[in-house]
Formats: sequence, structure tokens, C-alpha cells
Amino acid sequence: MPGSRSTFTRAIAALVVAASVALGVGQSRAAQITLLNVSYDPTRELYEAVNAQFAKDWKAKTGDDVTINQSHGGSGKQARAVIDGLEADVVTLGLAGDIDAIVEKAGLLPANWQSRLPDNSCPYTSTIVLLVRKGNPKKIKDWDDLVKPGIAVITPNPKASGGARWNFLATWGYALKKNGGDESKAAAFVGALYKNVPVLDSGARGSTTTFAEREIGDVLIAWENEARMAIKQFGADKYEVVYPSVSILAEPPVAWIDKVDQRHGTAAISKAYLEFLYTPAGQEIIAQNFFRPRDQTVAAKYATQFPSLPMLTIDADFGGWKTAQPKFFGDGGVFDKIYQPGS
Amino acid sequence: MASPMQNELKRPGTADPPAVRIALITIALLFVALFIFIPVIAVFAEALRQGIGVYFAAIIDPEARAAIRLTLMTAAIAVPLNVAFGIAASWAIARFDFPGKQLLLTLIDIPFSVSPVIAGMLFVLLLGVRAPLGGWLADHGIRIIFAEPGIVLATIFVTFPLAARELIPIMQAVGSEEEEAAIVLGAGGWQMFFRVTLPNVKWGLLYGMVLCNARAMGEFGAVSVVSGHIRGHTNTMPLYIEILYNDYQFAAAFAVSSLLTLLAIATLIAKYYLERRVVPVKTEQDDLAVKVAA
Repeated sequence: MPGSRSTFTRAIAALVVAASVALGVGQSRAAQITLLNVSYDPTRELYEAVNAQFAKDWKAKTGDDVTINQSHGGSGKQARAVIDGLEADVVTLGLAGDIDAIVEKAGLLPANWQSRLPDNSCPYTSTIVLLVRKGNPKKIKDWDDLVKPGIAVITPNPKASGGARWNFLATWGYALKKNGGDESKAAAFVGALYKNVPVLDSGARGSTTTFAEREIGDVLIAWENEARMAIKQFGADKYEVVYPSVSILAEPPVAWIDKVDQRHGTAAISKAYLEFLYTPAGQEIIAQNFFRPRDQTVAAKYATQFPSLPMLTIDADFGGWKTAQPKFFGDGGVFDKIYQPGS
Repeated sequence: MASPMQNELKRPGTADPPAVRIALITIALLFVALFIFIPVIAVFAEALRQGIGVYFAAIIDPEARAAIRLTLMTAAIAVPLNVAFGIAASWAIARFDFPGKQLLLTLIDIPFSVSPVIAGMLFVLLLGVRAPLGGWLADHGIRIIFAEPGIVLATIFVTFPLAARELIPIMQAVGSEEEEAAIVLGAGGWQMFFRVTLPNVKWGLLYGMVLCNARAMGEFGAVSVVSGHIRGHTNTMPLYIEILYNDYQFAAAFAVSSLLTLLAIATLIAKYYLERRVVPVKTEQDDLAVKVAA
């Protein structure tokens, strides 16, 4: 076979060329400030807008170019990655308990992180609502309708997703009130609800695509911002939001990660980045992305977009995340007791 | 003796009733159409649904380019290493008898039998900042996990049996006679390797490279665990596709999918080309075998 040797050589040569091209191109990266914002799932569109505006402002103020890299995923999963070494300059997660976990397990920031920024370091809030298909064919009005047999409920896994934990607590709070504070009856109610869950995704966005794109389920328990974003993306003719009789005030916190910032020399800009969220311009972007702003003027402007409803709070009704996290979502906690997959 | 036996062997194949033949062919074609052809067409149709402009915009997006670059780079590192390991391991196993040979064979298969997610977790456990080794590396400013090296490592782990598994049976079948002859005729070690050993296994080796390349570019589970999903930096093409899908950018997700599919098809064409090159050799040997038997 005279031709075979040359074919073989050529194949090897082609591979070497491909490899060197791939490696060579990989080297071109301009020097500039880079931040990594490790966030939870439904903030993709929010931080895309925030980052663009902040980079513009920062360039005008200091002349420096700043690129903010994003990583999104279930809040608990993201905290886990930061603990294992994902070098986040700032974290913007779904609940305070996940940032507490970073403090406890990796000591990357001080325990009093929540007092370093206004409003307990939560520049925006949200609540938990029900997203149903247009015309509400299953007549879902409140939490009671979610435990009925034959209703398929979509919600993510509370072990991995922050949104799912707010969903769980909203349901639990309702069930507890309904049963006059009887925890075993509340557990039975929430257990019945999770029996109706066919798919337990690992993040809020996964659940939304399960419900909206794959069209599984009758109702999605979701962040208000996530539900509104889904309607914006898929069309107002396909879904509608149902506000339950009582929900929970979801407070997603932000924090800069001191140890990483020290190493990267990004302490000042990380702080400025998070403080930007509290400015009127930041609050405006927040409201436009369906998160509830803290700023009263901006809140008034978008009042029609955010109906008021009775809301439980994590601190007043559940004793804060330090109590709620181990009690409900720790190993052997309430969720583990009521949720048996496949049963 | 030889010819009646050959006829006997041939008869069952040709004597099947036409109905059976047609049914089998139909089932095979139907399967191919249902599980391969239609989905591939669907990927391209979905990718082009919003027009060719959107398609190209999705592919030349900086984050998409970064994902493509990382995927190609990962494959470019994983494949040569895989080849080096494959040759070394198959050589050792085919040529030498040593204690623990069976164990080595079993160990080579571990990446096949372990779920890729576990492979990823293994690297996080070993090299994450909270592990002794990972902590030491982090103190010295070396980032492995949640950076490009972690992705390359995870890919190497899940692909490393591929070339070895192709080469071991070929090396064993070829035997060592030709190599011994080369040595007797005065060849040096490297001379023998490049003139005799390598040419004997080259098609198997290239086939192993093709398989390894396909897996390296398509791997999801293991790299997902070690990636950290930093946009524009640690997303390979499969990870980037998932992100686009979750961003509600379905057309862009399918555009990048189609590109990955094209890479896979290119790999398949390479494999087809290689297989065609092997066939003449086989018939030559068969003819020889027939002649010898006669």
C-alpha cells in the first residue's frame, strides 16, 4: 500500500495544525479588570443588563474597562462550587443561607456579611407565585389546589435550588396557618404537594423550561420574576400568573468575597459593583427585570407591576435561615422526611 | 474440505426467504430514520428557523467562539495523550506477561464503567481547594478545578480507554513475529517501532483517535461538574448549548448544536474513509488464507 503511509502522515499533520491553531487562538486575551459574579438561576437577564450599565458607568468614572463574567446555576449548587474553589469576586445568590454556608465551610468572608450593605444585603426582593397555562384550565387559585390528585406541579429540588426552598417555605407557611400551627398536618400537606411533582429539576430555570418549553405540568411554583420573565419570553397568550392568598417575601442577597477579592485585587470594584444595585439606575434595571425594587420612588413607578399580597418573612416566621436551613433542608430534615422519590 | 464448508456457511444467509430479508432491512432503515436521521434534520431545521442571519450571529458570538475554542483545545490535548497512553498500554499488554495484567485491563475500563458525573466529582474531591492537594495548588496560584485544566483533565479521564481498547486486540492478533524478524535483521528499537509496529496498528490507532475525538468534544457530565460554568471562559460547546437553552435562546442553542453535529459528522466521514482504506487489506489477507487453505 504505497498511499497509506502518506495518508497517515497527513492525518497526523492535520491534527497537529488543528491543535496549534486552537492553542494559539486561546492566547489572545486583552489585559483588563475582570470580575466573576456567581449567581443563581433566574438572574441571567437581570445581570446581563446590570453588567452592561455598570461597565459603562465605571468606564466613564475611572477610564478602566471592566468585564463581568457570569456563572449561573441552582443557588445551593453555586455556593457549593464557590466553597470548592470557584473564584467568585461577588456572589449574588438566592438566599442568605447559601452565603452563610460559604462562611461556615470555607471562611471566605466574615460572618457579619449581611450587615455590610443596606436592607440585609438584599438589593431586591421577590415573592413566590403560581404560573399556570392560559385560561387556567385546572382552576388553580391557591395552595390548596396544588395537593389535589391529578394536578402536576413543577418545582425544583430544594436541596440544590434556592428558589425551591422559598417555594417550600411558602407552602409550609400556608399549611401551618391553615392547620393552626400543627406541624405534622403541615408536613402531610406539603408531602401531598410533592407527591404531585413529576420532575424535580436542580435549578429554577430548569423547572421553567420543563414547564414552558417541554410543556410538562399544570402549574409551576416560581419566583415572581421568573414567572414574569417566562411570560415575556413565551408570550402573554400562553401563561398567566396566579397570586396565592399568602406567599413569602423572598430576599436574595449579594456579597463580595473578601478572600478572593484580596487575591485578585478587586475589593474596591466588587463593592462598587454591588453598591450600584442600590442606586436609582440599578433599581430601575431591577424593576424592569421583574424583581421588586427597594427604592421607594422606583417601586412607586412600577407599583402596578407588583401587586401587594400577604407575605411571610424568613426572619419573623421561620427564625432566619440559620434555623430554617438545618430544620427543613438539612440531612434528615423535614424535606427528607416528606419526600420519597417515586412513592 | 474447505469449499463445502464455505458453501454451508453461505447458505443460511442467502437462503432466507425474501420476506425476512425485506422485514429486517425495513426495520434497520426505520430505526436509522427514526433515531438518527430525523433528529439530525430537526437540529438543523430548528437552528435555521429564525433565518441564516440569526444562525451565524449565534455562532460568531464571542461566548460561542470561546466555547468552540475550548472544545477544540480540549480535544487537541486529550487525543494525543490518549494515543500515547493507548500505544504504551496495548504494547505492554499484548507483548509482555506480568503479574497484575488482568488487573490493568480491568482498571483501563474504569472510565467506561463509572458515570462521568462521578469522574467529575472525583476531580473536585481531589483538587478542590478544600482537599490537601487542591489547597496546596491554590496557595501557589495554580487553578485546576473551575478552570480550563480541570476540563482537560476530566476529558482525558473519560476518554483514556478508547485508543487502548482499539489497539489491544489488534496488537494481540498481529503478534510479535514481524517485530522479531525486524530485530533479527538488525533494526533498532525505535526503528522497529516506527517501521513495523506502528504501521501494523495504524488504522486501529486512527480509529481510536476518531472515537476519542468524538467523545472529547461531546462530553457533558464530567466537564459540567468541574467547569464552574463561567461564560466565555469555562464552557465547552455542550455546556454552552445547555446555557443557551436555559436562556430561552432556542435558535442559538440549536445553531451551536448543529455545529457540534457537523463536527461529529466530519469525524464520522473520517472514520468511513479510514474503514474503506482497511477493506482492501482484509480481502488480500482473505485471498491469501483461501490460497493457503486450498
